[in-house]
Amino acid sequence: MERMVVTMQDPDQGVRMRSQRLLVTVIPHAVNGEAAEGGGGGGGVPAEASAHPGVCRAGSDIVEWLMQKYSIAEDEALHLGSLLVQHGYLYPLRDPRRLELRPDETPYRFQTPYFWTSTLWPAAELDYAIYLAKKNIRKQGTLVDHEKEHYHQLHRKINHAWDLVMMQAREQLRAAKQRRKGDRLVIACQEQTYWLVNRPPPGAPSVLEQGPGRGPCTAGRVPMTKTLDFYRREVECLRRALGRARVKSSTCLEAYLKFSSQHGPHDPIMSGCLPSNPWVTDDDAYWAMNAPSVAMPTRLRVEQWAFSFRELLEDPVGRAHFMDFLGQEFSAENLSFWEACEELRHGGQAQVPALVDAVYQQFLAPGAARWVNIDSRTMEQTLAGLTQPHRHVLDDAQRHIYLLMKKDSYPRFLKSDLYRDLRAEAVVPLETKRRVFPFMRKPRHSSPSPALLPASASGEPVGGDGDGET
Amino acid sequence: MAADGLHENETLASLKSEAESLKGKLEEERAKLHDVELHQVAERVEALGQFVMKTRRTLKGHGNKVLCMDWCKDKRRLVSSSQDGKVIVWDSFTTNKEHAVTMPCTWVMACAYAPSGCAIACGGLDNKCSVYPLTFDKNENMAAKKKSVAMHTNYLSACSFTNSDMQILTASGDGTCALWDVESGQLLQSFHGHGADVLCLDLAPSETGNTFVSGGCDKKAMVWDMRSGQCVQAFETHESDINSVRYYPSGDAFASGSDDATCRLYDLRADREVAIYSKESIIFGASSVDFSLSGRLLFAGYNDYTINVWDVLKGSRVSILFGHENRVSTLRVSPDGTAFCSGSWDHTLRVKHFRVTNEAEIWVE
Repeated sequence: MERMVVTMQDPDQGVRMRSQRLLVTVIPHAVNGEAAEGGGGGGGVPAEASAHPGVCRAGSDIVEWLMQKYSIAEDEALHLGSLLVQHGYLYPLRDPRRLELRPDETPYRFQTPYFWTSTLWPAAELDYAIYLAKKNIRKQGTLVDHEKEHYHQLHRKINHAWDLVMMQAREQLRAAKQRRKGDRLVIACQEQTYWLVNRPPPGAPSVLEQGPGRGPCTAGRVPMTKTLDFYRREVECLRRALGRARVKSSTCLEAYLKFSSQHGPHDPIMSGCLPSNPWVTDDDAYWAMNAPSVAMPTRLRVEQWAFSFRELLEDPVGRAHFMDFLGQEFSAENLSFWEACEELRHGGQAQVPALVDAVYQQFLAPGAARWVNIDSRTMEQTLAGLTQPHRHVLDDAQRHIYLLMKKDSYPRFLKSDLYRDLRAEAVVPLETKRRVFPFMRKPRHSSPSPALLPASASGEPVGGDGDGET
Repeated sequence: MAADGLHENETLASLKSEAESLKGKLEEERAKLHDVELHQVAERVEALGQFVMKTRRTLKGHGNKVLCMDWCKDKRRLVSSSQDGKVIVWDSFTTNKEHAVTMPCTWVMACAYAPSGCAIACGGLDNKCSVYPLTFDKNENMAAKKKSVAMHTNYLSACSFTNSDMQILTASGDGTCALWDVESGQLLQSFHGHGADVLCLDLAPSETGNTFVSGGCDKKAMVWDMRSGQCVQAFETHESDINSVRYYPSGDAFASGSDDATCRLYDLRADREVAIYSKESIIFGASSVDFSLSGRLLFAGYNDYTINVWDVLKGSRVSILFGHENRVSTLRVSPDGTAFCSGSWDHTLRVKHFRVTNEAEIWVE
């Protein structure tokens, strides 16, 4: 933010400035905000003998400048400008109580860097007390409600130092009286802005708030002590990374193009969805038609099974049809084995021994009912590992079978009559146009929560089917 | 002994310098295969046309800042958590609240929906991750069946179920990630390597399903092997904390959002950063990122209360969305890509519909 603010103040490229009359005093370098005739202004009244580095700009000039400099639209510029004001980098000369940016002639000045939020100058209670005391002394009754509350609170809290507070307050006021009225006004505005940011009135969001563990208070946070282990690990990781096989950028980037164009028609944000987007028409037919285990999958869905083996397996309906196909080829045990391995890897720790045993009995033991054909080396290693079963003991075997299916069975599946028939029979829903008259809106059907339905053994999602008609 | 002490100091310094030189070599290696930039390749892709955006649901009910949210696989339910300890499960289609739990701690920064839809996990300043089975039994208090699964030594920043309800992956302010068995609470694997708080994680949609990426306050994004606990790849190009990481739908890349006001795309096969999504006018940090289903668009929520939508391939910004009155803390696209939900410090969650259109289409709103 500060970089931006500094750029804005640049005499050559910054926001245009002019001098401004405010009440009876003349504020030097006040910039007004009429519709600027373009061109960063270096013109205007040359710097008068002002002690303050800050100069004035005006609401709409600021918005204009932001729009031009960053090539953004008006709403974004206004938003950005407002944030700058809310964070106290700019303050309005008139009505300084509200930190907001008005895109008109309202004059603004830049906050002096002394008061910038990033200087992390802790807004101490003592300082706040002095500020409030000054306000009170200068003009009785100017303290707003929340300020009065704070004042009394502080009075109780630092009662012992109250003499100091009052003394400081009077001293600062006295020193201020010796300055010119214009400067005095400016300083008062600066201070007011600073406290508006650091002690916002109730209801206004505090822009300084950060999440736990981070934020201005942890800026000086001690970084984690980097032990020997940490560096050893880092070195190991780097050595491994160096040995990694890399693919050239052009290949990788082309892959994105292919993926995006292939999946574009399947992306509701890019291509919409049929019959309609439930969020728009309040009709959940789309979800009913695409439920995880629907009898009649849509055309798009069936087509997606051809994109990659992973996408086929991820879809319960696709996987079921693939299983049927494998059955025709007498190699269904491969997929069943793969599924059992998945269950092992993602299942509960307590089930590991039993599952490993079951898998061995069914798929790996010599003469097993559904023996899977793994190469001898992997089989040997797997069987050896079974003596000490753990979640990953079947990983190698699983990978072998997966690759086998992917390179062999999957391409045949895609060329099979089974798949071709599925594609031909697949549903292409008709579009339901959004009803124009809102009072004819369909009631939004609730759907049974997945938590109500009995969970399937493999922990697969049992999607909530909509009540909508198919 | 003095001699041993010296030995240790030398090892520390020499390790540090070795790490630095290896990093340099790694950058050299990575640069060798970089023959083209993404935006050059993307020149032949058609630019995106007009778009429409409308907030379709506003979920009000949290009395405080919304910090995190996650969709259920049924594409309409979601869980959200907030600063005051409340965790709420909504059917966002009807906007009904279905479950609500009050955690014994504040700043619940992480929440996740189980794949089966039967449970949720959440945690925050209590340094733990707890799993609550969802029950509709009116006589049962949800808090009674709560399972304390993960134990860290600092706040929990992110959590996610793996492919089933029975394992949870967590990230913490103590600089580590960990994989836990839900039933027993047993630690299955821990992941050390970040030099500061870990703020986010995402599981890879890869075929072998064995890696995940994490981002932290040390500006590093690290890819981990879940089986061995080792770091497989690391990327250190951000200039500030990484708040959010999300895999590209193909699993070959991931995006990150950071306090340095940029989002970046890292390709895993090329092993490098391949795109930066930034604009001079964006000066606030990105808190949360997610891709549309086809990976063409990247939605990013920022601390300046806006959401910027980026064209992933061309690197340009498609749109800026206003609507929240305080910073956007969490953003997720729904599982079937029909909408996305953003949660904010303004206490609300908004489900928004976004659609890229052709100019020929007449959109009846």
